[in-house]
Amino acid sequence: MEPAVHLRGAVSLLGRFPALAGVDLDVATGEIVLLRGPNGAGKTTLLRCCAALLPVTSGEAMVLGHDLAGLTGPARRALRRQVGLLAHATGLYDELTVADNVAFWARAAGADRADAEAAMTRLELDGRLRDVAVGRLSAGQRRRASLAVLLARRPALWLLDEPHAGLDQAGRDLLDGLIGDGARAGAAVVLASHERDRAESIATRTVTIAGGTIVDDSVVGAAPPVATGARRAP
Amino acid sequence: MLRDAALVAGKDLRLEARSRVALNQVAPFALLVLMLFAFALDPDRGILARVTPGLYWVAVLFSGLLAVQRAFAVESTDGVADALRLSGLDPAGVFLGKVAAVAVQLLALEVLLGLGVVVLYGADPSSVALLVPTCLAATLGLAAAGSVYGILAAGLRVRETLLPLLLLPVLAPVLIAATSAFESALGGFPGEGWRWLGLLVVFAALYTGLGLATFGVLLEDG
Repeated sequence: MEPAVHLRGAVSLLGRFPALAGVDLDVATGEIVLLRGPNGAGKTTLLRCCAALLPVTSGEAMVLGHDLAGLTGPARRALRRQVGLLAHATGLYDELTVADNVAFWARAAGADRADAEAAMTRLELDGRLRDVAVGRLSAGQRRRASLAVLLARRPALWLLDEPHAGLDQAGRDLLDGLIGDGARAGAAVVLASHERDRAESIATRTVTIAGGTIVDDSVVGAAPPVATGARRAP
Repeated sequence: MLRDAALVAGKDLRLEARSRVALNQVAPFALLVLMLFAFALDPDRGILARVTPGLYWVAVLFSGLLAVQRAFAVESTDGVADALRLSGLDPAGVFLGKVAAVAVQLLALEVLLGLGVVVLYGADPSSVALLVPTCLAATLGLAAAGSVYGILAAGLRVRETLLPLLLLPVLAPVLIAATSAFESALGGFPGEGWRWLGLLVVFAALYTGLGLATFGVLLEDG
């Protein structure tokens, strides 16, 4: 089966600085890949390249069957609809309620209101929090709302940048369960995290990046079984 | 594209309904401008009656600037710009949605300011057949040009000060044509106003076409 992410010698320049300096990486569907590395190693850049938010300036880069080189217009939109990125920023409108935000971003990605409601229920945002403006939420609650958006979009590729940040113990357990369920349903998951113990406990593979290149790639667990039909095909 | 436009316009109007920035800040500002002009230009000397069309459109222009700034400021906060790029929405649809939401707010404002000039300046809005299409065409032009320059400035730290510098000169034809059409309508000789309405329609069509063609690139580079 074609991998969800296939990079060979991928280079990405931030100005004249090579934030990625020849990355080789394959991520299969159903895999949970933990990206480790010091600050500035290129973890966030790698995630943003996979989301087609940053260009891969040279090398081979295929994501969900799309060649990132020269990707424009409808093809880029089609790829991005299948990608869920949880970044440091929430990506939410502060003045809209949790329900409004989740419904808007879900519908933008082609999902429906039922997907949005199910995601809010899963993230335990279906009570009084659903009608609270995002700007009034705590950092952890905002993180949950961002996760609800990601879940409602039903992406085939999850790109998670420090996903545990800001979450309490219950939220972290919930997130780990979501990631496991996502992978079992056929999504490919790449998460960048400094929380080694927690992230390693859910990852099926650990990749260490330093100076914009992969310096270690090791299997730490078996890939969860892939359920059919629950996710969009990549 | 139209589905995406409706989605974005609905979201922007919901944002306005929740924040009430246009209702609580832009509309009072517009009315304040009208009142200050009334104080500055003595109504007894008949000057106000002559300059009513210009004052009306200057007030609309300044208020429109605030509405455009607000419409694009909300897309620049806390990772929303990235979320918008990742959303998979058609950029042309996003552009049309932003234009529609700004236009709806401006039209509401124009009705309010229209009432203001009737009450404060004693204007006679009898030539509705020219006044209404003039308002519609000028509003579309203002919203379309505002959205093109709004997304251009959205990613910059100096967007609050840069946007008026970019936008006001571009909107000069709207100000001139709409003022001239209103002068004809309010002066009781609407025949001459139709030519100015034609200019407004051309301006609106030009900037709508420009926005549809370039919004995707501007959104990616913002």
